[in-house]
Parts: sequence; structure tokens; C-alpha cells
Amino acid sequence: MLLIQNVKLVDALGERGPVDVLIGEGRILSLNGGKAETVMDGRGLYLVPGFVDLHAHLREPGQEVKEELSTGLLAAVRGGYTDIVSMPNTTPPVDTPEAVRALRKKAQALGLARLHPAAALTQGQEGKTLTEIGLLQEAKAALLTDDGHTNEDAGILAAGLLQASAFGLPVAVHAEDASLRRGGVMNDGPLADLLGLPGNPPEAEAARIARDLEVLRYALRRSPKRPHLHIQHLSTRRGLELLREAKRAGLPVTAEATPHHLTLTQESLRSFDPLFKVAPPLRTPEDVEALIEGLLDGTLDAIATDHAPHTQAEKEMDLLRAPFGIPSLEVAFPLLYTELHLKRGFPLRRLVELFTDGPRRILGHKPLHLEEGAEASLVLLDPRERPVDPKAFASKARFSPWAGWVLGGWPVLTLVEGRVVHQALE
Amino acid sequence: MRHLLDFQGWTRPEVENLLDTARVMAEVLERPVKKVPALQGFTVATVFFEPSTRTRISFELAARRMSADVVSFAAQASSLQKGESYKDTLLTLEAMGIDAYIIRADSAGVPHQATRWVKGVVVNGGDGRRAHPTQALLDAYTLLEALGTLEGKKIAIVGDILHSRVARSNVELLPLLGAEVWVAGPPTLLPQTLPGARLTPHLEEALAEADAVMVLRLQKERMEAGLIHLQDYIAHYQVTEERLRKAKPNAPLLHPGPMNRDIELEGTLADSERSLVNRQVRNGQAVRMAVLYHLLVGKER
Ligand SMILES: [Zn+2]
Repeated sequence: MLLIQNVKLVDALGERGPVDVLIGEGRILSLNGGKAETVMDGRGLYLVPGFVDLHAHLREPGQEVKEELSTGLLAAVRGGYTDIVSMPNTTPPVDTPEAVRALRKKAQALGLARLHPAAALTQGQEGKTLTEIGLLQEAKAALLTDDGHTNEDAGILAAGLLQASAFGLPVAVHAEDASLRRGGVMNDGPLADLLGLPGNPPEAEAARIARDLEVLRYALRRSPKRPHLHIQHLSTRRGLELLREAKRAGLPVTAEATPHHLTLTQESLRSFDPLFKVAPPLRTPEDVEALIEGLLDGTLDAIATDHAPHTQAEKEMDLLRAPFGIPSLEVAFPLLYTELHLKRGFPLRRLVELFTDGPRRILGHKPLHLEEGAEASLVLLDPRERPVDPKAFASKARFSPWAGWVLGGWPVLTLVEGRVVHQALE
Repeated sequence: MRHLLDFQGWTRPEVENLLDTARVMAEVLERPVKKVPALQGFTVATVFFEPSTRTRISFELAARRMSADVVSFAAQASSLQKGESYKDTLLTLEAMGIDAYIIRADSAGVPHQATRWVKGVVVNGGDGRRAHPTQALLDAYTLLEALGTLEGKKIAIVGDILHSRVARSNVELLPLLGAEVWVAGPPTLLPQTLPGARLTPHLEEALAEADAVMVLRLQKERMEAGLIHLQDYIAHYQVTEERLRKAKPNAPLLHPGPMNRDIELEGTLADSERSLVNRQVRNGQAVRMAVLYHLLVGKER
């Protein structure tokens, strides 16, 4: 039994407290205190439901030099995540039920964050032949995606949406038209022209979202069950507008935004530092404003990290050769708590929802609210500020575009079903 | 100046100061013994991650004529593929006591990155599409020789502007000296904007009343990428005797080389009186001597 005294509660329903939270048998037993062996002082801290990340690259199997389950899932619980969806673009890709089961088994043995592996939509993520969607669902794949590859064949995407709809699985897409993107390494526009870097135009994202929404309309018309299209790491104002219209029209579509697209812009590329090289690329301040607007009005459903660890040496190559991606599991919440909530007054309730119920709904999981009887997968947050120190990351990728940024809202205790998986209380 | 990466943030007096030194160096190159002791004791490394014999020789001769020790490192793409990074290569050289690095790479920003890794001074010897500042300096020097001043002069740059570091550096530098720069090329090979330049898809518009014309090399890759058809390019963008009549009489012709005769430029023009191509090559050495001198011993800027 664990008692956290005088702690404020925040979940999708709102802020309340302070109260004394009694936790035992993997559940919240009471919000009115009680007797416990362990008592913690929660004064000044926030208790929130465990975060869910829809989009993390954990690199296992095959690229353990960048990250592996043990480091990635430890990074996750340190970032307040109790549930993680891992992307299937590993070597080999996760495209069989056996691969999904193997990952889940290994993660369970680690006893950190719960792993929900995503599986490839197409064999080898080659965009040609569908995977065994029904069997993948039985193996408990969380969703289907060829993330990293861009589903050039609309017919295969349509077939995937139809097939997945029968098994209630979302199909998540990396929405970029590869032929319009070409070799782009940063947002296309005057700054890319000035820096002499090949541009990836915002229209490459919008064009693909427009197409995918039409594919979704087709699948919706043809399937007796509702298909579910999920748009990953949306980054442009125009993409957001298309999504907003589609939602208004009642299409079954959801979308996520990443911490980096919400806090960084293409201006970072002036340093020519591949640390800021990411796909889709960092955009303009206007795009960032549009995304924040989209988080507020519900057009965007979740914040997902797109945690993409690489080796230091890879990120110290030149901009043409360095790989795309930013590691962010350990800083995502403090970053947005500070940059959106503290600095811009973004409502804390909504921010927490975007890390918790938002992604839970997309995965078809029940919402998690702080009430008696609720599952004790919880995070305690400390609003006190300290600088980001990548050297202290649990992730193997010990670099960060936010190094040195002073942030509050750090997770100091993470519980998965009542079990302490991360503890950094003084 | 600490490094020469591009001309962002440069002022006119700084450029003029550098070009004045280049004039002194040009005089040295006229002497029977073309050598001065200015850089004795300094070690200069040419680090070419992308091959370019002409530029490398120009830099190396410039350094040697000022008595610097010179080492050259030519990295093959294959060794980089094997996992040796630009950073490792530069740190290895750093350990050998290099004072100045002349860096060339196919990726924009490598010289900028290098300044974070090494203590020595860095000269951009051409990085991707970004910049080729010593080329722009030698172009400016050559234009000043031919025109006397760049104040109010119209300079036309013709060809694949989008992928050209030479164009970008000239567009930064020439307006600093008072020139009005026009760039012309097919829309698929033009950037969206380039601060300091007027953009046009019509060659004639750029050539009209131009005081000088700079022709860029058209790379085969652009045809292979489907961005332009060769015959269409020749028909509309080749600089010909006939088209040059739109420019000022005897407006000089520049080209960074190597030339594709009868593609971007009518072959006979390359050998005509108005071609300054050989002057450019010769001035390149003087300008590079001036740059190394300013970076290693000069106190200016
Ligand atoms: Zn992606």
C-alpha cells in the first residue's frame, strides 16, 4: 500500500485536490487517505494518469546499437509513460504475429512500461502485399503502419483499411508524398533556398493527406465496419486544415503531433546541425501556431513522441547523410508543460488529456481517470524546474535539441498497475 | 574574420579590404619568384570530401606561394560509407597541428559544422548548394578589373541557380559592392527567392543591358532527374552570340568552369575576347592567398 498525501490531481476531467491518494492491489483504493506502509508527501506535485505514446522507435530487433527495449522502455517510464506503441521499422520489420508476440514477451519480462507493438501494414513494409492482419490482431498488435515508408500504392492502403476494419485495428500513416518530397532534408521555402538545403515542401504532406482521406472515404463506403485512419506526426497548417474538414464531415480519422513540431522551427537548421533533421521536417512558426490551435480545438487527438534514437556518430554526419529523428521520450511532457502550459497558458487538463485519454481512445483502450477503483498506472509530476541534461538520459541516444532548456513538470514517480517503475523523489 | 564560410553578415569595407590584399597578392604573382614568407610556420590542409582538382590546386598553390606547409586530404565517399565521419577525419588532422582547413563537401553546412569541431580556421572550399565564397571573391575581383566598379552595374547569372553554390555566393557578395544581380534559369532550376537577386525564367530579361554575364555549368544529373530537357535548355537558356547582343556591348563573360561547350554556352564565345575565364583562374590564386593571409595573420575584421 502506498499513500500519496496532499497531491493535486489532473486528468481529462479537470484539476482537483489536493487529496490523499491510497494505492493498493494495482488500483486507486481511495482519494480520502487511509493506512499504508509507504507514505509520500505529494505537496506541490501533480498526480496524472500514465502517459501513452503512440509512436516510439525502440529499434529492437536489429538496431540495438541505437536503442533496445530495456533502454527504450526505461526512458519511457522516466518520461512518465506507462504504455508505449513501438514502430515496426526494425530489422527485420515487425510484420508477423510471432514477431509481435516475441516483443511483448520480452517487454513483459522487463517490467517497465507496457509495450504495445505496432505491426507493419505490408510485408517487409514494402507497400506491396498486406500482412496477416487478423492474426496480427490476435497477437495483440496495437495498430498497423508502414511508418518511415509512405504507402505510395493507394490501392494497398485501401485494402489495408478494409481488412483492418474487420479486426478493429487503426491504420497509421506517415503522410508524405515521396515524389514531391524527393531528397528534402528541411522544410522547403526561402530559408531552404538560402541555406542551400534540399527542401521537403509542406505540400508533400498535404497532398498525401488529401489522397489518404479519399482512400478512407472509399474504405468507409465499402466496409461494414468503420475503418480508422490515423495520421502520424502532422506538421503543417494545410495538413491540419484538411484534417479539420474531414473530421467535420464525420470521417473516422485521428491524428497526432510531436513535441518537436510543437516547440522547434526550421530556423534551427541555420546551425546546419543534423540534430534538427527530422521527417517530416521542422516547419515555420505559422505551422507551429496552427498545430497548437489544432490541439486546443480537438482537431489533433494526441501528442506522440516519434522518439527516434540514433547513434551520436550518425547525428554528427552532414545534413544529406545523417538520419532523420529526435529522441524525446524523457523530455516530452516537461517540454510541453513548460512551453505550452507555463509559457502560453495552454490548459493543463487538455495537455494531460493529449498524453493520456487521447492516445488511449485511438488504441481502443478505456479512458483512465483518477477515481476510486481506477487502475493505478499513474505519474507524479514535479513542477520544479531543472535543465535538460541528455547525458543523464536512459535512452542510448544521449543528445537532444532541447539540451540546456530549463523545464518543469518532470515525472518523479511512475507506477504501472501500482508497481513502482520509476522513482526520482528526493 | 575568424572563418570564411559564406558572406552572411559581411560588410562592404570588409570585402574591399580583402580585395585590396588580393591586389597585392596579384602583384606577387607577377614577380619572377612568386613566393613570400607571409605564412611561414603555418600548416594548411585541403580537406576535400568531394573531388575538385582545380580548386584544390588553386588553394594549395596559394598557400605554398606564401610559404605555408600544405597537406591534402582527399576522402573518398567509400571511406565515409565505412563509417569514418567527417568529424573523425577532421579531429585526426587537428591532432597533427593544422592551422587552417579548406573544406569542400557535397553537403551544405559541412564547413559550418567543422567550426564546432576544430580550433583552426575554416575556409569553405564549396559546400553542397550552399556557398563557394572564394569563387565569388575571384568573380568580384575579375569583374572589378574589367568594369572598374560594380556600383550600379547589372550582372546576369544564367543557368541552374537552384543547385549552384557559385550563384548563391555571388548573390550574397556582388550586391555588397553595389551591383544589381539578376539570375535567370528554367523554373525547375530556380529557387523560390534569393535575397539580393532578381529572379526570372526569361534569359532575355536578365541579359538586357547587362554589364556582365556569368554562365553556370549545367550538370547532367539535372537531366537525369527529369528536371529539364537538354534540347529545351539549349533552345532557351544557352548563352549565344546572338542573345548577348541584348547585353551592353562587349559585356564580359564569366564561367566558374569546367565548361560544357555548346550546352550552357556557345562554344565560340568561350574563346572570344569577352571571355574572362582565364583571368578568373589566375585571380583565384591571388584571392585565395588574400583569404589565407587575412585568416591566419591579418588582424582585420
Ligand atoms: Zn514517420
